[in-house]
Amino acid sequence: MTEQPNEIELIIEPNRLKKNYWNDLWRFRELFLFLAWRDILVRYKQTIIGLAWSLIRPLLTMIVFTVIFGRLAKLPSEGVPYPILVYAGMLPWQFFSTSFSEASNSLLANSNMLTKIYFPRLIIPASAVIVNFVDFLISFIILIGLMIWYHYVPSWTILYLPLFLVLALLTAMGAGLYVAALNVKYRDFKYIVPFVVQFGLYVSPVGFSSNVVPEKWRLLYSINPMVGVIDGFRWSIIGGNSQIYLPGLMLSIGLIIFLLIFGIWYFRKMEKTFADII
Amino acid sequence: MSVVIKVEHLSKSYIIRHQGQSGYVALRDVIADKVKGTLHKTKNLVTNRPVIKTAEKEEFWALNDVNFDVRQGERVGIIGRNGAGKSTLLKVLSRITEPTLGRMTIKGRIASLLEVGTGFHPELTGRENIFLNGAILGMHRAEIKSKFDEIVAFSEVEKFLDTPVKRYSSGMYVRLAFAVAAYLESEILVIDEVLAVGDAEFQKKCLGKMHDVSQYQGRTVLFVSHNITAIEQLCSGVMLIDKGKILLTGNTVEVINEYLKTNTIVSGEIIDAMKICNNQIMVESITINNLTSNMIEISPEENKLNINIRGRLAEERRMALEVRFFDQYDHLQMLYSPGHLYGQIKIFKKGNFEMNETIVLPDSLTKNEFRLTIDITQPNIEVLVSFPNSVKVNCKGIQGRTGLEFPATKSGLLMLK
Repeated sequence: MTEQPNEIELIIEPNRLKKNYWNDLWRFRELFLFLAWRDILVRYKQTIIGLAWSLIRPLLTMIVFTVIFGRLAKLPSEGVPYPILVYAGMLPWQFFSTSFSEASNSLLANSNMLTKIYFPRLIIPASAVIVNFVDFLISFIILIGLMIWYHYVPSWTILYLPLFLVLALLTAMGAGLYVAALNVKYRDFKYIVPFVVQFGLYVSPVGFSSNVVPEKWRLLYSINPMVGVIDGFRWSIIGGNSQIYLPGLMLSIGLIIFLLIFGIWYFRKMEKTFADII
Repeated sequence: MSVVIKVEHLSKSYIIRHQGQSGYVALRDVIADKVKGTLHKTKNLVTNRPVIKTAEKEEFWALNDVNFDVRQGERVGIIGRNGAGKSTLLKVLSRITEPTLGRMTIKGRIASLLEVGTGFHPELTGRENIFLNGAILGMHRAEIKSKFDEIVAFSEVEKFLDTPVKRYSSGMYVRLAFAVAAYLESEILVIDEVLAVGDAEFQKKCLGKMHDVSQYQGRTVLFVSHNITAIEQLCSGVMLIDKGKILLTGNTVEVINEYLKTNTIVSGEIIDAMKICNNQIMVESITINNLTSNMIEISPEENKLNINIRGRLAEERRMALEVRFFDQYDHLQMLYSPGHLYGQIKIFKKGNFEMNETIVLPDSLTKNEFRLTIDITQPNIEVLVSFPNSVKVNCKGIQGRTGLEFPATKSGLLMLK
C-alpha cells in the first residue's frame, strides 16, 4: 500500500556502510531517546526510595570529603564554605565517572540488540551518557540547596557553567566510545574501567582545589583532561574567588577534542565487527 | 513485479580459532600470542619442532557465493539444516553484519525480526515495551501510537498491559513481541525462526498475518523456519541452503520434498557411517539388536535398542556411549547419555574392547521415524568415534482403543504414560 514515489535503494557491500551512516543516525534519533528513557525508567525500579538515590550518593560523598579534606587535612577553601567547594568539583566528576563507566559497559549490556538488529551502534553509548545527565541535573538541586543554606550568591561567572558541562559530556563521550569498542573485543576493560574511575577520583581536583598543586606542576597536572573541566566548573560556580588557570584549561580542551575525535574514529572502525565478535 | 532484493556473489567468512575458547579475545591472549609468535621460531634443537604451538586459525565460509532475486510480494521460505547459513544470510540482509564479498541491492525499507522481543526490558510494562520495541525495530512514535490498539488486540494481552513483562508467561511475551513486529510499516519483512515458541493457535494467527501483509499490501516476506508445515502454508517459493550455498530454489512443494529426501537414510550397514575422530580407537563392528543393518523397526511391544560396539584401543580410555534421536525435521527429540547425565563412564583397557548398552525407550512411542547419531565420547572432553545419521529407527507406534495408530508425522511426539 505504501508506494513511495522515490523508493529508497540500499546497496550492501563490504565497507559500504559508511556512506549513509550519519543519515541513519539521524533517522534513529528516536531510538536514542527511547533507550535513554528506558534506562531512566528502569534505573530505580523495585527500589524503595527510588530517585532519592541520586541525591543521597553525592550528598554522602560530599560530607566525607568535607570532613577529610576540609576538617582533618585543613586544605584551603578559597573563601567559600568547604562543602560548596567540594560539591562544585564532585558534580562534574560524578557525571563523568558514571557516564564513562556506563558507556563503556553499554555495548556488552545490550549485546542481544547488537546481534539481532541493525541501527547505528553509536546510539547505545551515547544514550548511556545522556541518562547520567539526568542524574546530574537532579544532583544539581543539592548544590542549589547548599547555596541557600550557606547564603552563598554565585557570581556572573555561573553563565559559563553550560560550557564546562558540555566539556564534561564530551570527555565522557570520547573516552566512553573508545573503551566501549575495546570492551567488545577485550573484556579486560571490564576490570580496567572501575580502577581508572577510582584512581581518577584522587588525581582529579575533586576533594580539593587544584590551587593546592604547586604552580610549576600545574600544566603537567592538566594532562588529566578532567582537571580543566572540574576547575572550570568550580570557577564558574565560586566565581572571582578562585582563579582559572588558562594554559591548563586550553590543554584540557585540546585533549578532550582529540579524545573525542579519536574515540569516534576508533568506534566507527570497530563497529562493523561488533555483531561478529561480541 | 519488480525485483526488490538482488543478491550477487554474496559471501561471508568467519575465522575460527581452534585453540582456547573462541568468541572473545582477552588482551592477555593477544600479548601471549605475540610472545609465542616470536618464540614460534625457536625450535627444539633435537626434534626440530617449534617449542610452543600457536593457536590454529581456520577460515569458515558461512555463506559462499550466494545469488538470488526476490520479487515484490513474494513470500520466500528459506530452509536448510542447522548451520547451513540461513541465519547468517538474514543477518547480512538486515545489515547486522557486513558481507565479506559480493553485494546486494535492496529496494524499500527492510524490517527484520531475528528474535522475538529483542530489546524488551523485563522491568518495563507491556505498554512501555510496545513503544520501546517499536522504536528498536525502527518505528516512529507517531506510528506506534496510531497502531497501538491494533497491536494490543493482536497480542491478546489487554489485561496485562500495565504489568511488567517479567511477570508474563512466555506465551504472552512472544505474542506481544510478535504483535509489535507484525505492524511494522516496511516493504520487506525478514523473519527468522521466531514462531517456534507460542501456541499453535497463535502461530496460525501469525502465519495468517504474514500472508495478509504480503497478499494485500504487496509486501515481500523472507521467512526462515524448520517448521516445514509453516513454510508450506505461507511461502510462494522456497530456497534450500546447505553449507553456505543455495542448493535449490523454486516451487515450495518440490524444494521441500527434495529437502526431506536428504534427511532420509539409504539402507546399508551402520558401520559405513563411521567417522573416526581420534586415532587411538578402531571400531570393528557395531550392531543394534544384533543386526548390522541401519534400518531398525520398533514394535509397540519391543521397546529396547541394544547397541553393541566392538573394537580395539591403543591405550586405556574412559568412554561412554551417547545416542541422539532426531526427527525428520532435524529436531533433537531424545538423548541417551549416561556419561553426561549420571557420570556412568567406564574405563576400557588397552586392546580389544566391547561396549554393550541397552536403551529403553518409553513404551508408548507414537508412529514416527527417528534418525540416530551414535557417538563414543569421553564426556565433556572429546568425541572419539561418531556415527552421524547412521541409523533409521522406525517406530510402529501404539494402537489406540479404536484400533487406529496415532501418527505423529509432523513432530516426534513422545506419549509418556
